[in-house]
Amino acid sequence: MLGREKKEHQSYIEIVLFICALLCVAAVVIITIFVLVSALPLFKEVRLSDFLFSTHWLPTSRKDPGFGILSFIIGSLYVTFGALVIAVPLGIATAIFLAEMSTPKMAEVLGSAVQLLAGIPSVIYGFFGVMVIAPKVRQLFGGSGYSVMSASIVLAIMILPTIISISEVAISAVPKGYKEASLSLGASKWQTIFKVILPAARPGILASIGLGIGRAVGETTAVLMVGGNAPIMPKGLTSMVRTLTMNIATDMGYASGLHRTALFATGGVLFVFIMLLNIFVQVIQKKVKKDI
Amino acid sequence: MSEAVKFNIRDLTVSYGNFKALHNVNMDIIENKVTALIGPSGCGKSTFLKTLNRMNDLVPNIGIEGRVLYDGKDIYSGYDVITLRKQVGMVFQASNVFPMSIYNNVAYGPRIHGIKSKKRLDHIVEESLKKAALWDEVKDRLNKDALSLSGGQQQRLCLARVMAVEPDVVLMDEPTSALDPVSTVQIEDLIRELKEHYTIVIVTHNMQQAARVSDFTVFFLNGEIVEMGSTEDIFYNPKDKRTEEYITGRFG
Repeated sequence: MLGREKKEHQSYIEIVLFICALLCVAAVVIITIFVLVSALPLFKEVRLSDFLFSTHWLPTSRKDPGFGILSFIIGSLYVTFGALVIAVPLGIATAIFLAEMSTPKMAEVLGSAVQLLAGIPSVIYGFFGVMVIAPKVRQLFGGSGYSVMSASIVLAIMILPTIISISEVAISAVPKGYKEASLSLGASKWQTIFKVILPAARPGILASIGLGIGRAVGETTAVLMVGGNAPIMPKGLTSMVRTLTMNIATDMGYASGLHRTALFATGGVLFVFIMLLNIFVQVIQKKVKKDI
Repeated sequence: MSEAVKFNIRDLTVSYGNFKALHNVNMDIIENKVTALIGPSGCGKSTFLKTLNRMNDLVPNIGIEGRVLYDGKDIYSGYDVITLRKQVGMVFQASNVFPMSIYNNVAYGPRIHGIKSKKRLDHIVEESLKKAALWDEVKDRLNKDALSLSGGQQQRLCLARVMAVEPDVVLMDEPTSALDPVSTVQIEDLIRELKEHYTIVIVTHNMQQAARVSDFTVFFLNGEIVEMGSTEDIFYNPKDKRTEEYITGRFG
C-alpha cells in the first residue's frame, strides 16, 4: 500500500516537473511566433533584401521612406567584436589566475568581485560609460566620445564576468592528474597551463565566449547611453553607432504602422543572430572535443 | 654490497602542517635495481616517493627537513626542479594520459624540452612505445585519442611518456592498483625488463607484486621505516615482528 502511494506521489511530481519544462519551451515558441507574425506585414511593402542590405533608414518620411537596417547590423557586429577583442584575452587571463595561481583567499575575494560585476544593472554601466569612458575616449581619440569604441569598452566590462566565471570553472574542472603528469615530465607551470590545461578546458572556454557574445549582441541600455545612437553606418572606432537593439529601443515608443513592423523585423534579425551563435558554439564544442 | 647508490636519503622528515608524515627516514636506493615500498595506507610511502621528484612541492604547508642526495647532489638545495623531474620520471596510480592523440602524449615531454624535428620525434615515439611494450598494439593508430585505449594500455602509455624524456630513475605509485590481472602481469614484466637501464622505485599494496618484481623492499609504518633489506630477507626472514605480521596479512 505504502509503496503504491509513494509511486503515485512520484508520478505527480514528474508531471509537475514536465509542465515546468514545457512552459520554458512554450515561452520560446510563443515569443518566436509573436515576433515573426508582427514583422511579416513589413515584407508586403518592403523587399527583404532592401530591409537587410540597405542603409537607408527613414521610417517616418512621407516622401522617401526607408527601412534598411544594414548600418545597425554592422553596428552590432562592430561593438560586439570590439568587446570580444578586449574581454576575451582579459577574461581568460583572469580565469587562469583565479584557477591556477592565486591563493584560496585571494581567489575568494577576486571571485566575489567578479560576481558583483555580473550583478550591476546595465544602466549603471551606462552611467559609468557616460561619465568616465566616453569623455576619456573623446579626449584621447577625438570625436564626440559617444562611439563604437566607448560602447565596446562598456560591453567588454559587462561580458567579463561571464567569460571569467565560466572559463574558471572549465579550467578548474581539468583533472588534477593532467597537471601532475605534465609537471612530473619536467614541464614548467606555464607550459603545463598552455599545453595541457587550456586545451583540455577549451570546450568550456569557447562556451564562455559564446555566452559573452550573446550578452553583448543583446545588450541595449548601456550601449544606448554611450554609442551615440546615430542611424548611420559607423566608419571607424570613434564614429557614432546604432545597434539592432538600440534601434528597437529608440523607436518603439512612438512607432506605428510599417515603422512598427520594421522594428519587430529588426528583433527577428537579432533572434536569428543569437540562434546562429548558439548553433555555432555547439558545433565548435563538438568538433573541439573530437580534435584533441 | 658494492652497487652504486642512486639516492641517498638522510634524516628525512616530512610534515604537513603539524602532522609528521615521515619521521627520520634514512635509506639508500641502489642503481638499476627495483626497490619496493610497502606498508599500510597512510604510512608515508607515497609521500616518500614524491619527495624523490619533488612532486610534494605542490602541497601547501609542506615542510621537508633532512637531505635527499641524488647522485650525490642535494635535490632540495640549489637543484633545478625541471632537470630533476626530467631525470626522475613518475607513473601515477590512476593513469593520467592527456586528452590528446597517442602520438602527442608520448611526444609531449620531448617537445617541451625543445625537440622540434618531426623525424626525431617519430623516432622517440616509436622507441618509447616499444620500451613500454605498446608499439605493436598502437602503431597503426598513433593519431587516435589516447583515451580510447584500455586501462592497461593507458598505463603503459604513461610509462612510454616517461620513457620519452629519457629518465634515469622511474618512480611508480601503485601503477597496477586499477588494472586487471593480465595488464598487471604485463606491467610487472616491463618492470623487470626496464631495471637493466633504469633505477625503479615502486609503491605497492600488493605483497605478491613486491615479492615478484623487487630486489629490495622497505616496510613503512606510521611514517617510519620498520625494516628494509633484500626482498628475500624481508619476505622469508623478517627480523621485526611487525614486518612479519604485515607480510602475512595479519594487519594492513
